[in-house]
Amino acid sequence: MELFATYVLGPLGEMADNPAGVVETVIGGLGNGFLYALVAIGFVIIFKSSGVFNFAQGAMVFFAALNFAGLLELGLPWYLAGPLALGAMFLFAVLVERVALRPLVGQSQLTLFMATIGISFLLQGFGEAIWGGNPHLLKVGLPEDSLFAIDYAWGQALGLDIIIQQSDLLAIATGLVMVGGLFLFFQFSRVGRALRAVADDHAAAMSVGIPLQHMWIAVWALSGLAAFVAATIWGTKIQIEPTMINLALKALPVLILGGLTSIPGAVIGGCIIGISELLFETYWGQPLFGGATTEWFAYLLTVPVLLIRPQGLFGERLIERV
Amino acid sequence: MRRVITSGVLAAAVMAATVGVTHAAEEQYFPLLVYRTGPYAANGAQLANGQIDYLKLINAKGGVNGVMVKWEECETEYKTDLGVECYERLKGNGKVAAISPFSTGITYALLEKVAADQNVLFSMGYGRTSAADGRVFPWVFNFPATYWSQATSIMKYVAEQEGGADKLNGKKIALVHLDHPYGKEPIPTLQKLAVDDGFELLLYPVPPTSMTDQKSIWLDIRRSKPDWILMWGWGAMNPTAIKEASLIRYPMDHFIGNWWAAAEVDVRGSGVPAEGYIGANFHEVGAKAPIFAEIKSELYAKGQGTGPEAELGEVLYNRGIANSAFTVEAMVTAMKKYGNKALSGEEIRWGFENLDITQARIDELGLTGIIPPTKVTCANHEGSPAIKLQRWDGKSWTVFTDWIPAMTDLVRPLIEADAAQYAKENGIEPRSCES
Repeated sequence: MELFATYVLGPLGEMADNPAGVVETVIGGLGNGFLYALVAIGFVIIFKSSGVFNFAQGAMVFFAALNFAGLLELGLPWYLAGPLALGAMFLFAVLVERVALRPLVGQSQLTLFMATIGISFLLQGFGEAIWGGNPHLLKVGLPEDSLFAIDYAWGQALGLDIIIQQSDLLAIATGLVMVGGLFLFFQFSRVGRALRAVADDHAAAMSVGIPLQHMWIAVWALSGLAAFVAATIWGTKIQIEPTMINLALKALPVLILGGLTSIPGAVIGGCIIGISELLFETYWGQPLFGGATTEWFAYLLTVPVLLIRPQGLFGERLIERV
Repeated sequence: MRRVITSGVLAAAVMAATVGVTHAAEEQYFPLLVYRTGPYAANGAQLANGQIDYLKLINAKGGVNGVMVKWEECETEYKTDLGVECYERLKGNGKVAAISPFSTGITYALLEKVAADQNVLFSMGYGRTSAADGRVFPWVFNFPATYWSQATSIMKYVAEQEGGADKLNGKKIALVHLDHPYGKEPIPTLQKLAVDDGFELLLYPVPPTSMTDQKSIWLDIRRSKPDWILMWGWGAMNPTAIKEASLIRYPMDHFIGNWWAAAEVDVRGSGVPAEGYIGANFHEVGAKAPIFAEIKSELYAKGQGTGPEAELGEVLYNRGIANSAFTVEAMVTAMKKYGNKALSGEEIRWGFENLDITQARIDELGLTGIIPPTKVTCANHEGSPAIKLQRWDGKSWTVFTDWIPAMTDLVRPLIEADAAQYAKENGIEPRSCES
């Protein structure tokens, strides 16, 4: 009974006492969740279309951010530095297809996965070799200050003492635009439809004249675009240095939860992970476990999902005939 | 016949190598465990540049009493395993002056190794606090102050601002710290002070692998409303914390970073003005000391500077100079007893243990403000700990206090108790420092 009071009633009581704090935490978690989702979308795009689990997605975010920040530091305006950094991601896509994937055609998925681990280390090292090992800042004029409800008439009227970080709102908006854009791309563009065909059946797609190698380049370029968008939003919030890759790997539990093949799943999974890990850390982790629970809570959350629905909440069930 | 020839070639090779070693032994060797890459690179690079520039200057001026110094870098990325690997790789490459890993984690990992190898471990203002007890840790030196001493000096300032230590009763003091041996080091002292003074200590560990994600911590701080926040951070953690504090509008003049959380890179890297943020230090800021004119004329004017000239006078660059200067002074002290030659580990250790750097000597070296007067003894490897506080005005640091001595009457017994425990656990018989 004492345990129940400590671990359940206590935190819930604290939440009830300060609902504004809960709202603030949920919005913060939502912002984090969309950031995870932006990275997870990159994973999904590649996995859905080629079956490759791209371990390098986190390093791609880091590499894109590093290029963008580095070009800005050289004195280029953002409207030149941004397209150039994006161009570097497209070039990277071509190189991956030519140098890593094409020679591995016909190899097992595990081999391709191992290749992406290699690509991850290569990207990190190459990026640091070009731009140096120091942390960088990405300042492109995106809003990053906090909004205090109490500063506004409506906030005062409601007695609402909450803060919302503008970067969270930006992450949410960008995530929604990204999902909408990708939906339109996959539904209505020629390349998008071809990619869906490849995702459904490689052999059938090739038999109707869809060039698989071009599609792989398109997939990696699209994933590079997702990495670039994630990098721009993340770079506004945090310094660009290698722990960014660890943060980006938070997308892994998001994928397990949302499913490896579903873009909406990535977003919903991101939101669930983002909100729940922040609520847990705030009301249970910090007071009862000494903090730092965001390190492991997301993974803990995925355990029941793996046991009950291994393909994730929105993923396709993969059946392999033997 | 072939075997004879082979043996002869081998013998010649061994002789040549021996000659090489003899020649190399004329120089004093500084194995530099640095981190120029990774999330701690902004801090590590400045420390290394300051260290190396001072060594270059020593050689440019004819060495230490004629003994030239040489150095070699090994990249640790601030990782303990890589730090140990670097130590093992470098320790045999010459007569070692001292090991300074600039990492408490690496320092902890090397405590037993340096004792076995008879090398000095100079953890200047970091590392294991109880290593200040030279009876148990003869090979480790952590002057000019330890983390425990620093924590008490900072709390003295906090108490003074509140109107006295008795006014701390009922206050909330938060410690935002790296979840790492370094970040955890001041906790026992702060817990003792919390009991003594009646304040509530709130601990906020920041995991090293995701130290740029501190949102949950700062949301919690916004709710718990601590009266003061202390920070034991390093690398990318510091600018993130400063930015997050700014985003929740925490008053910066109640936010105090320790001396590893108060460099220019920490506040500039945050991307926010951070005006009023306070930091601890054990040396002056800026390039006012005469040594900088020498470094500029002897090194940078000749294109031999290690890093960008703009970082001369910045906090961590100055600290790198201080690290090398202390070690060189230990050499100078030892040479008075053992002669002007490259020194063995035992001889260097004697130099460290008999270090007595006066203000007159500091002025003579052109290091005014860069190192504090320091006297080390057999039993006390910490010296006389004290700190100054500096304030960020949006562009630069300004020291705004005089020396704030540590509460040594509180810290020293804790140090001795912890050292005694370490000795007991490791079967060490503390040496006698009575002479």
